[in-house]
This record gives sequence, structure tokens and C-alpha cells, in this order.
Amino acid sequence: MNAGGRGAVVVVDNVSKHYGPVTALNQVSFTVADGATVALLGGNGAGKTTTISILLGLLLPSAGTVRVLGHDMLRERHRVLGRMNFSSPYVDLPRRLSVAENLNVYAHLYGLADPSGRIRALAKALDLDGFLDRPTGDLSSGQRTRVALAKAMLNAPRLLLLDEPTASLDPDTADWVRGYLQAYQRESGATIVLASHNMSEVERMCDDVVMMRTGTIVDRGAPSALIAKYGRQTMEEVFLDIARNRRRPIHDGKLLASR
Amino acid sequence: MTDDRRDGLDPAASDLRLAARRIYAIILRHLYVLRRSWPRILELAYWPTVQMILWGFVTTFFVQNSSWVAQAAGVLISAVLLWDVLFRSNLGVSLSFMEEMWARNLGQLFVSPLRPIELVVALTVMSFIRAVISVTPAALLALPLFDVWVFGLGLPLAAFFFNLIIFGWAIGLIVSALVLRLGLGAESLAWVAIFAIAPLSGIYYPIASLPEWLQPVAWALPSSSVFEGMRSVLFGHGFRVDLLASALALNVVYLVAATVVFLLTIRVARRRGLLLQQGE
Repeated sequence: MNAGGRGAVVVVDNVSKHYGPVTALNQVSFTVADGATVALLGGNGAGKTTTISILLGLLLPSAGTVRVLGHDMLRERHRVLGRMNFSSPYVDLPRRLSVAENLNVYAHLYGLADPSGRIRALAKALDLDGFLDRPTGDLSSGQRTRVALAKAMLNAPRLLLLDEPTASLDPDTADWVRGYLQAYQRESGATIVLASHNMSEVERMCDDVVMMRTGTIVDRGAPSALIAKYGRQTMEEVFLDIARNRRRPIHDGKLLASR
Repeated sequence: MTDDRRDGLDPAASDLRLAARRIYAIILRHLYVLRRSWPRILELAYWPTVQMILWGFVTTFFVQNSSWVAQAAGVLISAVLLWDVLFRSNLGVSLSFMEEMWARNLGQLFVSPLRPIELVVALTVMSFIRAVISVTPAALLALPLFDVWVFGLGLPLAAFFFNLIIFGWAIGLIVSALVLRLGLGAESLAWVAIFAIAPLSGIYYPIASLPEWLQPVAWALPSSSVFEGMRSVLFGHGFRVDLLASALALNVVYLVAATVVFLLTIRVARRRGLLLQQGE
């Protein structure tokens, strides 16, 4: 795909993932345009986290190819890992280390020219100054999310992968995180791929939505286009239609199927 | 240097320098953990010191009752200290790796530019640091307590030390691979697996005292050559280069094999999705 004439940063071609008899992904193909914010949507077990893990090179697909920033993730992942980053509430940073120590370790892992300068800048931008010296394990979930985001921003990634970036956050903190990510995307032109269960987040942040169910892509489009296509008012209703397989898209003003 | 260098990253850094920085980052991460916890540092030195004191008293008794020990009073204390070098070297690799699993940090590490072989190098450096912290206090205390100066072994001591350190790395890498593959339920392997080779290593007795059919198995372990070589020096028979060469050659084989097994296990973990699932 070349959405808006932009080149593709992510090209997923016919990717399947099997665990023995269980199929987690079945011949999934999609592309993500440079500078886009794309959501992977679907219920539990739809294949969102599997897809993100494969994009990160943490998981090898059973079949198919993945290219990220022009490189084959199966053979050349180390050429691109320095230009992407990842944040998930389900993957921790060492809890015994202080926030500053964790960020310093990852700043060195990403080969930053000025680790302490970058950490200072991120601490200011993400309001971490008050707890830089506290053990990461002692922080609230909102504070930990901001620290994880700081770690994900250390290398100013061109491709940012987020697995449920606002899960378990209060509405105020979640709104703040979304605002920060949107501002980063606007200023840097980075590409963001996120998996989320929060439909208002998707409507607010994403240009494009990939709808998944039981390891396959069942639909795709801009949030407004999907809402119109399914004859609904919100993405949440579209999500429920797709997750429950209960309503088909509208064609020429008529619902194709409904139950 | 790759063509992927970006703003914010060190523009002057070569690939080698970046690799060194990533290795340093992992070492730094484990030094932070050690620095934050004095009980951990105390624990490192505690067991070797207790072992040294125990075997010091055994030596005191045997010197009066055993002509073999009387010929070289430091043989048992030197043996227990060198055994602890091997034991701590193994633990230094496997515990540092399991620390990442306990912290659920493997996923974060493997989405960074860190390469698995760089992780291996960092784990071995940490193992060396942990082994030195562990054994040095006991080795120093042996002089005032039992009049045994282990460092009197001179250069051969360095040869024994490094061979045991390398063998400990190999065992630690295999244990780490097993724990990654089997999950943290298998973590006790880090403490118990190495004791399978203790009876065969001739720590406190010559290999010749083992049953004849078992001796070839014992000689296949670098540790046997090291302890035999240590006794040769202490009993005044001189430094045996043949034993050093044998230990070195075996260590190269074991370390290469263990590294390959560890790297293949990381690949299996990537195929099975284990890197995101680990944790307490």
C-alpha cells in the first residue's frame, strides 16, 4: 500500500503463525505507510500481540515475510531495531533499578550519543523528574507507563509499536499519553502501530484500522470510513459487529447481512 | 557502520564500538542491581568463606592424622576455593540471565539492538566479576586463619582460575538455555546441576582413585585437569603444561558448544514465543 503516496514502512506479506495445531495468524498481509498511525483491533486472541511480536522480531512467523524500514525482519532485524522501539504494560523494565538507571541502561543499548542529555529531556517532557531516583517497581501504574514510554522514546524511533499503551490508566493519564504520542507523531513524522481495546483512543489517534478476528484480517480502513461502512455511530459498535460476526458492511445503502 | 545511523545516535561510533556499548549496558544493569543490595554482595562472599573455614579446620585435623595432607597443608583449602571459582562462575552466568527472566525484561532486551552473542559476552563478564567478589575475601582470610596463602601458587593459580572460570561459563550457558526452554520452574538447575560433575572432578582426591571405568569420563572434564594440576604444584611436582593444555582444549570445545546451544535456544524461544512470556 502507498497510502497518500507515502512509502511503506511495514510490509507484512502472507504471514502465518502456528503453535502445533493452533493457528494464531493465518495468511495475514498488510502494509503501513510512512508517518501513519495504524491500529490493530480485535478481541482477545485475534492475533494483535502476535502480529506486533512478529513485527518486533520477538516471534518468528511459521510462513510469510515481514519487511520493516526496508529490511527483512527475519534476516536483518539488527539493522532496524535501533530505529524502532516498543512499549507494553505487559513487558516490564527491571523493578529494582531506579528510573534513571533503567533509562541509562537502555540509552547505552540504543547507542545514544548523549545518554544523560536525552534522559533529562525525556524526564522533562514526560514529567519524570520527581521520581527519577526511585526504584521502578515502587511507581504507580501511571508513572510506570510514562517510564516505559520514555524508554520507548529514547532513540526517537521512526517506527513505534505500542501494545495497549493506555491499559490500566486513569482517564486523565490516558488522555495525556495519547496527547503526547500524537504530538510526537506530528513533530517527528514517525509511524505508529498500536494494538488497543480502547475504541475512542483509536478514533482519536489512528488514520487507519486493521480489524482482526481469530488470526485473520477481516476489514480495514479509516475509522470514519469503517463507521460509515457498517452503518454505525462509533468504532465501538463496529468493533462489536466484527468481533461477534453479527453485521455485514452496508453496500449501496443496504446491510448485506445481519443477525 | 550501517547505513541506518540516525540523529540522536552516536555518529562517530563504529559497529564494534556500538557492540561494546551494548555489552557495557548489560554489565551496568547488573552492577546497578549489585550496588543496590549489600545483602547480595555479602551472600556472594559468605558461602566461599564458610567453606574455607570448614575445610580449614578439616585440614588442621588431617595434618596431624594424614600423611598425604601433611605433605601439603593448603591442598584442601586451595581445592575448596578453586571449586568455588567454578561454582560461582556458573552461577554468575545463570543468575544474571535468570535476573532478566525474573524481571520480565527479556522482551525489552531483545527488541533493542542487543545481539544474543553480546548478551553472552556480558553474562561472562558479570560472571568473572561475581567470582572475584565471591572468592577473594575467603582467599585472603585463609592466611590469618590457617596460614595458607593461596596466592603463593603464583602464575599457575591464574591458569587454574581462568580455566575454571571458562568451564563455569559453559555450564552456566547450558543451564540458562535449559531454564529459558523449560521456564523458571527449572531455575534450581543453576545451583544443583554443577554438583553432577563434582565427584568426577577430583577436587579433593586424585583422579586415579576413581574406578577405572570412570576415569576417562573424569578426564573429559577441564576441571579434573585443573585440580590434578593444582595438586602437582602443591605437592612439589611442578606445573604440568600437559594438564593445562588439556584443560584449555576441552574448555574451547565446551564453551563453543555451550554458546551454540544457548544461541539456538534463543532462536527456539523466538519461534515459540517464549521471550514475551517469561516471568515470575
